[in-house]
Amino acid sequence: MRIGVFVCQCGTNIASTVDTERVAQEVKKLPDVVYTTTYMYTCSEPGQQEIQRAIEEHNLQGVVVAACSPRMHEPTFRRAVEKAGLNRYMFEMANIREHVSWVSNDREANTKKAIELVRMAVAKLRFNQPLFPSRVAINKRVMVIGGGVAGIQAALDCADAGLDVVLVERRTSIGGKMAQLDKTFPTIDCSSCILGPKMVDVAQKENITLHAYSEIESVSGYVGNFAVRVRKKATYVDWKACTGCGVCMEKCPSRKVPDEFNEGLSFTRAINIPFPQAIPKKATINRSYCIYFTKGKCGICAKVCPAKAIRYDMTDEVVTEEVGAIIVATGYDLFDPSAYGEYGAGQYRDVITGIQYERILSASGPFGGHIKRPSDGREPKDVVFIACVGSRDASVGRPYCSGVCCMYIAKQAILTKDHIPNSRSYVFYMDIRSPAKNYDEFVRRAQEEYGVQYIRGRVGKIYPRGDRLVVQGMDTLLGIQVEVEADLVVLATGIEASRGARELAEKLHISYDQYGFFMENHPKLRPVETNTAGIYLAGVCQGPKDIPASVAQGSAAAAKVLALFARDTIETSPQVASVTERACIACGKCIEVCPYGAIRWKELKGGVRKAEVITTVCQGCGLCNATCPPKAIQLQHATDNQILAEIEELCA
Amino acid sequence: MEEREKTKNNTEMRILGFLCNWCSYGGADTAGVSRLKQPTDLRIIRIPCTGRMDPLFAFKALISGADGVLVSGCHPKDCHYSVGNLYARRRFEVLKDFLPFLGIESDRFHYTWVSASEGQRWQEVVTEFSRRIHELGRNPGFDMNTNLVNSEAR
Ligand SMILES: Cc1cc2nc3c(=O)[nH]c(=O)nc-3n(C[C@H](O)[C@H](O)[C@H](O)COP(=O)(O)OP(=O)(O)OC[C@H]3O[C@@H](n4cnc5c(N)ncnc54)[C@H](O)[C@@H]3O)c2cc1C
Ligand code: SF4
Ligand code: FES
Repeated sequence: MRIGVFVCQCGTNIASTVDTERVAQEVKKLPDVVYTTTYMYTCSEPGQQEIQRAIEEHNLQGVVVAACSPRMHEPTFRRAVEKAGLNRYMFEMANIREHVSWVSNDREANTKKAIELVRMAVAKLRFNQPLFPSRVAINKRVMVIGGGVAGIQAALDCADAGLDVVLVERRTSIGGKMAQLDKTFPTIDCSSCILGPKMVDVAQKENITLHAYSEIESVSGYVGNFAVRVRKKATYVDWKACTGCGVCMEKCPSRKVPDEFNEGLSFTRAINIPFPQAIPKKATINRSYCIYFTKGKCGICAKVCPAKAIRYDMTDEVVTEEVGAIIVATGYDLFDPSAYGEYGAGQYRDVITGIQYERILSASGPFGGHIKRPSDGREPKDVVFIACVGSRDASVGRPYCSGVCCMYIAKQAILTKDHIPNSRSYVFYMDIRSPAKNYDEFVRRAQEEYGVQYIRGRVGKIYPRGDRLVVQGMDTLLGIQVEVEADLVVLATGIEASRGARELAEKLHISYDQYGFFMENHPKLRPVETNTAGIYLAGVCQGPKDIPASVAQGSAAAAKVLALFARDTIETSPQVASVTERACIACGKCIEVCPYGAIRWKELKGGVRKAEVITTVCQGCGLCNATCPPKAIQLQHATDNQILAEIEELCA
Repeated sequence: MEEREKTKNNTEMRILGFLCNWCSYGGADTAGVSRLKQPTDLRIIRIPCTGRMDPLFAFKALISGADGVLVSGCHPKDCHYSVGNLYARRRFEVLKDFLPFLGIESDRFHYTWVSASEGQRWQEVVTEFSRRIHELGRNPGFDMNTNLVNSEAR
């Protein structure tokens, strides 16, 4: 084989700690290597042309690029060699940046390591074979998991483009956190006025199937052809019959059910529609509070329902949806402030969270939009906001910034002044983070126009004095202890990964970071793709962000799906298992271990059985290869010979 | 010239790493992107999944002169192919028990789980494993004359 090796300097990223010239000279001595060179930026247009020129000029049959991680540029270079007429699998990469130049400053050791890595790549390349992808049809339906603003946006964009959309929402209504907000920064427009029409759109679009009160049971398949089993939890109300009239809710005698939508600040009924604008607007029975279920008698809702929709004997139902792509938009949950005992959350009723305050401010909230203290219903005069409760604090395992709290505190302080003109607001903060368009101006308005007092420093303690609360903290700018007497304290609790995010990631085979946020394929360049082809991310499930960013990501994910669906078929990777029938002893072990059921029996003449790989189903894990006793099944592009060649090159 | 003398090149050990493409290879990349400094002995081979890892690969490396073999994959339950690392774990346990029968210290083989986001953990794994191999010293290799059942294997 005629092999060419291109050693990239990556500007100085590699060249500063690896002697690239020497690497090129050394590997030139290897058998089969007929051409080597170094280049400043091999991935650039001229860099790629340089490879193509060398392929022609030196009649190269295989190419090795020693540069960054193959996870970064392998596709780029594969395309480049393909353009010059080589099969894209006649290419190997040696990772001399992420694994060499960036992890040690020892130039000599690095250079030696780089040479060895190139030698290993060359050794493998000698065993490479041209491989050709096959194609399978794409099922052009898309599933969106999570019906917050990000998921809604993604679903609507896909539906507008004519796709069939399946939207799966865990709660009884879509809307997510945004449905609970009163106004939104930085324009202070009413949250439900801008979200409501989008929610109604979801309900009215004929090509959107909404499974509310549903969760993902399992996911199988691969890009273009996923099969998702969805558990539709029992609502005990036939939603096809329910008209959402609300009579059941009015008559239900179980009246002490904490209202989740109002964040526990009020009560709802055992049978309820979570909020007036709910989509779908259907009633659900909360089993743990329903007298029929707890005591075995009652049945009032069944009697009063004009639509005869109550079904006490309903059970969960599992449906299977077949889709070609999945957008995950499962949002977030909020930090439990009881970790900070000194703040007295849960202990003092007038210490509340930011999301509770949103409900209090809201006209559809527990107090009809009048700001009142949960303890005695009195209107507060002094309100203290505490920033970063469960954000930027490694001691509670939340070293990251939640990104939205500084902004919503400013918003809530402004709204407090609007509601109660003679009130005073105080904000204890660490730093003010307001980097987006018109955001800093907004915070300034809170300070300058609305007279909100910002105190830089952490709060040490909150304790009652009479019917008020004393907030004690440091003003680190003045270097003094401060004490503020407050009627109401609002804790800006941090954003954390949605409950159950890890379990969902495991079902989808996508990765998550140490906090449970889903991992994008590349933090800068592929922010909505996951590592699993055909699965995309939108909204806060990927990391803290505000509504504009969540919506933008929802649209971006939809665009990715549309791009995927713009073709009728999809190329499947030829890096799949393949059986040498002569060697197969028909033990069936590969069939047993394959996680995808990608291997089946094939009957030959005379009743002989051999293993056969269904190439479009095989995902290329290689488990069968490691299992097969006579090594009759080999994973293409990572065969035993290829891996052993690398080992031998290094150890011999 | 002086620089050349300063390097610890001659004392470098031959350590082979087998990393699954989806988690640990990404974790090693993350460590690189974050410029987390590591010992230079390790050479990494990318495999699709630890389920692809034939224990024979480790065996082959250790009998042909590698001083250590490190395998790393996705955390249990996070394998890109669901179960590859579960099969791998069982095989590696058997391999560890088996190595002493060939006169190879089982400590020369190590497997672990590192996710794509755990750059720092990767740095720790490499540092610790390299330290351990340096402590064990050169692998004498497999030799027909070694007493096949050494003390470590009971
Ligand atoms: C107090 C407060 C005030 C805020 N004020 C503002 C503001 O004024 N302006 C602004 O821009 N941003 C504000 N934000 C931020 C804003 O709430 C988020 O940016 C936005 O809601 C993110 O939308 P999302 O769709 O990503 O997530 P979410 O709104 O959390 O929606 C996720 C949805 O997915 C569902 N779900 C979760 N898990 C599953 C599962 N496993 N299966 C199915 N469904 C699931 C959830 O039930 C939910 O409906 C505020 C945040 C807080 C806490
Ligand atoms: S490589 Fe083998 S075990 Fe893995 S999916 Fe393909 S056929 Fe199944
Ligand atoms: S893909 Fe990482 S262990 Fe299977």
